Amino acid sequence: MSTTLADLKKGETAVIIDVSSIEIPLKLLEMGCLPGNNVQLVQIAPFSDPMYLNINGSHLAIRKETAIHVLIEKVNE
Amino acid sequence: MSKQINIALIGNPNTGKTSVFNALTGLNQQVGNYPGITVEKKEGICKLDRNLKAHVIDLPGTYSLNASSLDENVVIELLLNKNDKDFPDVVVVVSDVENLKRNLLLFTQIKDLEIPTILAINMADRMDYKGISLDIPYLETQLKTKIALISTRKKTGIDDLKALIQNYKEMSSEPCLNASEIDKDYFDRLRVAFPNQLLYKLWLVITQDVNFGKTNRKEIDAITSFKTKSAGDLKRLQQKETIKRYQFINNVLKVGQTVDASQAKDLRSKLDRILTHKIFGYLIFFLILLVIFQAIYDWSSVPMDLIDTAFAHLSEWTKNALPAGDFTNLLAEGIIPGLGGIVIFIPQIAFLFLFIAILEESGYMSRVVFLMDKIMRRFGLSGKSIVPLISGTACAIPAIMATRNIESWKERLITILVTPFTTCAARLPVYLIIISLVIPEGSFIGISYQALTLMLLYLIGFGSAVFSAYLLNKVLNINSKTFFVVEMPNYKLPLLKNVGLTVLEKTKSFVVGAGKIILAISIVLWVLASYGPGENFNNAEEIVTEKYATQNLTEEALNKKIASHKLEHSFIGISGRAIEPAIRPLGYDWKIGIAIVSSFAAREVFVGTLATIYSVGSDDEETIKNRMAGEVNPILGGPLFNFASGISLLLFYAFAMQCMSTLAIVKRETNSWKWPAYQLVVMTALAYIVALASYQLLK
Repeated sequence: MSTTLADLKKGETAVIIDVSSIEIPLKLLEMGCLPGNNVQLVQIAPFSDPMYLNINGSHLAIRKETAIHVLIEKVNE
Repeated sequence: MSKQINIALIGNPNTGKTSVFNALTGLNQQVGNYPGITVEKKEGICKLDRNLKAHVIDLPGTYSLNASSLDENVVIELLLNKNDKDFPDVVVVVSDVENLKRNLLLFTQIKDLEIPTILAINMADRMDYKGISLDIPYLETQLKTKIALISTRKKTGIDDLKALIQNYKEMSSEPCLNASEIDKDYFDRLRVAFPNQLLYKLWLVITQDVNFGKTNRKEIDAITSFKTKSAGDLKRLQQKETIKRYQFINNVLKVGQTVDASQAKDLRSKLDRILTHKIFGYLIFFLILLVIFQAIYDWSSVPMDLIDTAFAHLSEWTKNALPAGDFTNLLAEGIIPGLGGIVIFIPQIAFLFLFIAILEESGYMSRVVFLMDKIMRRFGLSGKSIVPLISGTACAIPAIMATRNIESWKERLITILVTPFTTCAARLPVYLIIISLVIPEGSFIGISYQALTLMLLYLIGFGSAVFSAYLLNKVLNINSKTFFVVEMPNYKLPLLKNVGLTVLEKTKSFVVGAGKIILAISIVLWVLASYGPGENFNNAEEIVTEKYATQNLTEEALNKKIASHKLEHSFIGISGRAIEPAIRPLGYDWKIGIAIVSSFAAREVFVGTLATIYSVGSDDEETIKNRMAGEVNPILGGPLFNFASGISLLLFYAFAMQCMSTLAIVKRETNSWKWPAYQLVVMTALAYIVALASYQLLK
């Protein structure tokens, strides 16, 4: 079982390992969602969707259906 | 002789690009549309010195040159077309000092098109606050550009930017990096096939054509034959390109930018904790909505009354001051009230745009979108649909224009189609008079029945919008990939100048756009109501005078009888009678029929038409009400406006698509007559069926 962005809990930080180029819109990549970059879950909306992220200094919200296509590795602090 | 150069402002959304545009051009700006599409085109003139003027164009915000919407595509179309009259002599990339890394992606792409490009780093006043320092000379060398550090809020650096623009000829047009390295083999073949073209331009054309229809690019038309990569391969290459650009940017910023995190103050997370809280978040949003409603219904009533009175006086004055005749009547009874009907909505619309502009400028709107997305998605809508649905309670027209930032075409289309169900301000006068006629006084746990009915009608409006969205979501077979990416910008105090200009420009576009249609319709209605065929109309005076000869009526009462008789036999009266068989099962007579026909253009006309038909000269509501209450059903006897026919009418107005201006806007926004036609047919049919069923059940 690999960990995806959708598994991230509020306040946790992770490193992006891989993104599925077919499912992920280019726009998200351009906003910094690329392998090697850090991602932090800032806030999660009521009913646990969408997710409010800080990716590489960019603050943005995406839906869980998109988040499951981003593989991550959690960083233990 | 003064010379004019072209400047294009390009930048990510939320970088204050429009503030820079406003700072450069002031009031010297205009908003139009790009030919054939509904994307707004903002342009203005900036005086650089005595001999040099700049034509500044504010292009839609975009994160890169890989467009995913029509708005973004405008940017690429301009940069790829050297023959466009707006093709820039120099591009100014506006970026936000806090998001420099992401902003530079777009910058490096434009540089690769070998267009002279200035980098304007905005919000420089926040550098201390965020602990950011920049090595400008280093960045200028590495990025092969000139940098202006500006702050539109503190009004600093604008003169530096103007000076750089003035010396645009000294700007380097050398690219920052070599994008062709992402697939050497492919780009080599491309170079051989099109030796005279810029390689990066070819690449953009190829990737763009995959996503968008081809435009008129004669010079490189042959490129369509150069198909050696599948769409999936191209996307992988674009991804590779993005990674490569970020590598370059990271390396440059590693040296050129230092961020001392310990210096950074963080207002954002504190505000976010409250504004996106699962309870307080909704509560605050609800309170803001209450204030907006209060403004639209209460605060705007004062200027609206003033406008109403002013136009009534103007109409009266015209009638007295000009020689009597058809032209004077057309002016006084057709054109002036028609114009008044548009102008009266200005206060409500200006208030609405004011609030929306403040909510958007401050960064709060993104938080509402974030809070509401999951709930709205159950109904096939997007979190971004919330703004149009709220705006729709004032007027559907600005609401439909507010759907533009919804990325998914399907979600946007559904939002456009259901917005007219929300109870707009124009339904209110109709509701009020019918409720006061047919709903008994008295109260239920302290709330009057009449107020309850009104509230119920608002709920019906919102409920049917959401429910039909749910149905449309199931029925519409549109395969648009729904992706949802919302930037959560920094909180900012809205700039007065930006908000003011937005309100001014949006209100103007409403008045001019919708105004033309309302005006035309009101003229047509006037003609139809003022002329009629045959004896009955042309000899109305003799017929009526003869009929009431024995009753000793005052001259005033007689004139009203004549007017009423004339209306009955005018073209519009005849059409009212013609549709009578169709509306009788709903409990209406031909007079209500006329009111419905004439209010097709705009709902609020209903009350005015009834006032004329029931030959009531004054606008006093009591009098109209009494007249209406006294009307007798010609077939069944008993009052015409009873509980059954009243409810039937209320429901008819709740569902019917009776607003020409909305249909015109839907046509403009969807670029087809198909959708407004659907709206008209489906909503009218629904209104008819619901009204029929309720009358037949209640009678």
